[in-house]
Amino acid sequence: MTKRMDSSDRRKRRPPVVLVVLAALGLFVFVIPLLGLLARTPWRDLPTLLASDVVVDALRVSLIASLGATAISAILGVPLAWVLARVEFRGRSIVRGLVVLPLVLPPVVGGAALLFALGRRGLIGEPLNQATGLVFPFSIWGVIIAATFVAMPFLVITVEGGLRNLDARYEGAAATLGAGRWTVLRRVTLPMIGPSLAAGLALTWARALGEFGATVTFAGNLQGRTQTLPLAVFVALESDRGAAVALSLIMVVISLTVLIALRQRWWGTL
Amino acid sequence: MVGNAMSNPRGLDARLVVSRGERFTLDVSLSIPPGRTVALLGPNGAGKSTAVAAISGLLPLDEGHITLDGRVLDDPAGDVLMPAEDRSIGVVFQDYVLFPHLTVAENVEFGLRSRKTPRRVARDQAIEWLERIGLDDLPDRKPGDLSGGQAQRVALARALITEPELLLLDEPLAALDATTRVDLRRTLTDHLSQFAGPRMVITHDPTEAFLLADEIHVIEDGAITQVGTPDDIRLRPRTTYIADLAGSNLVHGTAAHGIVTTGTHQLHIADTHITGHVLAAIHPRAIIIDRHQPDGSPRNVWEATVNRIEHYGDRVRLQAGGPLPLTAEITPDALNDLGIVEGSAVWISIKATEISVERE
Repeated sequence: MTKRMDSSDRRKRRPPVVLVVLAALGLFVFVIPLLGLLARTPWRDLPTLLASDVVVDALRVSLIASLGATAISAILGVPLAWVLARVEFRGRSIVRGLVVLPLVLPPVVGGAALLFALGRRGLIGEPLNQATGLVFPFSIWGVIIAATFVAMPFLVITVEGGLRNLDARYEGAAATLGAGRWTVLRRVTLPMIGPSLAAGLALTWARALGEFGATVTFAGNLQGRTQTLPLAVFVALESDRGAAVALSLIMVVISLTVLIALRQRWWGTL
Repeated sequence: MVGNAMSNPRGLDARLVVSRGERFTLDVSLSIPPGRTVALLGPNGAGKSTAVAAISGLLPLDEGHITLDGRVLDDPAGDVLMPAEDRSIGVVFQDYVLFPHLTVAENVEFGLRSRKTPRRVARDQAIEWLERIGLDDLPDRKPGDLSGGQAQRVALARALITEPELLLLDEPLAALDATTRVDLRRTLTDHLSQFAGPRMVITHDPTEAFLLADEIHVIEDGAITQVGTPDDIRLRPRTTYIADLAGSNLVHGTAAHGIVTTGTHQLHIADTHITGHVLAAIHPRAIIIDRHQPDGSPRNVWEATVNRIEHYGDRVRLQAGGPLPLTAEITPDALNDLGIVEGSAVWISIKATEISVERE
């Protein structure tokens, strides 16, 4: 006798077993490290660990640096994306290549390059230091610059994509209605690329928060001044495993919270 | 160029020359006095969108000039190029291009807000316009939630609220389904007649051009191929394209029970449900010409006299008189075989299914 099937069951074909198994293994790659972290978490000592100076300092530096880098990326990266998307000029592909370079460059190399450019003896750093007394390495500004260097490409790429996908007729329609270029940008272009902008900001911020190599090379590793959460984790692994776990846990919680919040708000289709 | 425009300072005067790559150049001249509707009728790719972009200020001319009420909008020779936002041209774009992130009221007031009109005043005027177009109950809707017809009216209000000096309609009815088109054509005709300045309709649809325009400019491959009243274009098409596209016979009449009555004549149509005032369209090639009374299936058969014969390359257009004057199209061979000359008596037959009928 043939088995009677509900019409909704008939429509759902069973996915191939091989694919399901591989997909499950793929998921384990992400889940297992998290489980390891949770298994080693000293839950009883956690409140004390979280309140320790190292953790609080690193959290403060990380938040300031990642938010600062995101803000600078927005202020400079949106215009850069606009120029790349809308202005035709010679060497545009070279400029685009320079913008995405930090994505493929090892961060340590980026940090070294920043040091040669903006360090105390650097190409720009030296005259700048003599003129204004500003020193980037071993300061929070160094951390922000390092984070901006590695993270801003995400904003530029995402926003440029959004601008390219935006039907230029909307901006044209706004112009025929008497809107000048600033009004068009403010009331039509930016609101319409809102989802791209939000996604770009989120990716930029996440990358800035996780930044390690360029920061340690360029800004150093001074607790309370340039030691971010990832740097503190790396140091703590050598000395205090409990603190390393606590710091890692903070980063997981922050990242997950932001991801979930953004997903509901903007990333419906991403 | 500009001096030429000065002799007719009112309305739009333009010669639009725009090159697109090496293969395509738009070169058309237009003059539209206030209160007159001119249609630019042509197939896709003929350069209509380029003309819209040039006039509205989204694309600079390579040569020529555009003047509106004596103001020079574009004049490459004189190095004048007024930006779109200063031109005061109301454009109803193809597919309307309403701002999807703004509400209906925000869309309508956009032009006023861009001109620094205080928020309150702008909103009051927007509401007034929404009342005028019968959408005052949905000011807070987003364009995505509007029907095609509602969106079109919002686009019209958005363009007209700034009191532009020229109204430009780009394929205003193309995005609508057949029933909505009939209603909106009427709305559109009303709004067009209330607008005092020059009006320009860009369309690929001959019916739209015939019903909205006082004068039709046919554009093919970047150039104007014929200018005339809708009747001129329809009855005396000068190119095969116009003959094909615009050459349909249009008959006004009253429909009931599958019959359209026009004057003393009756046409059988396939649609038995349509009633009231209608516009019946019969393509010239759908008309069958015989020398003797045919005994086939066509429901519409009558005798008529050939008043005029015109040759267009591989086809011949016959103007038939009689109870219902029509234009029919046959091949030169058929003309010879049938031995038709001007003054010949012929039998006309048309299948009911070949007559398309729209409510008017």
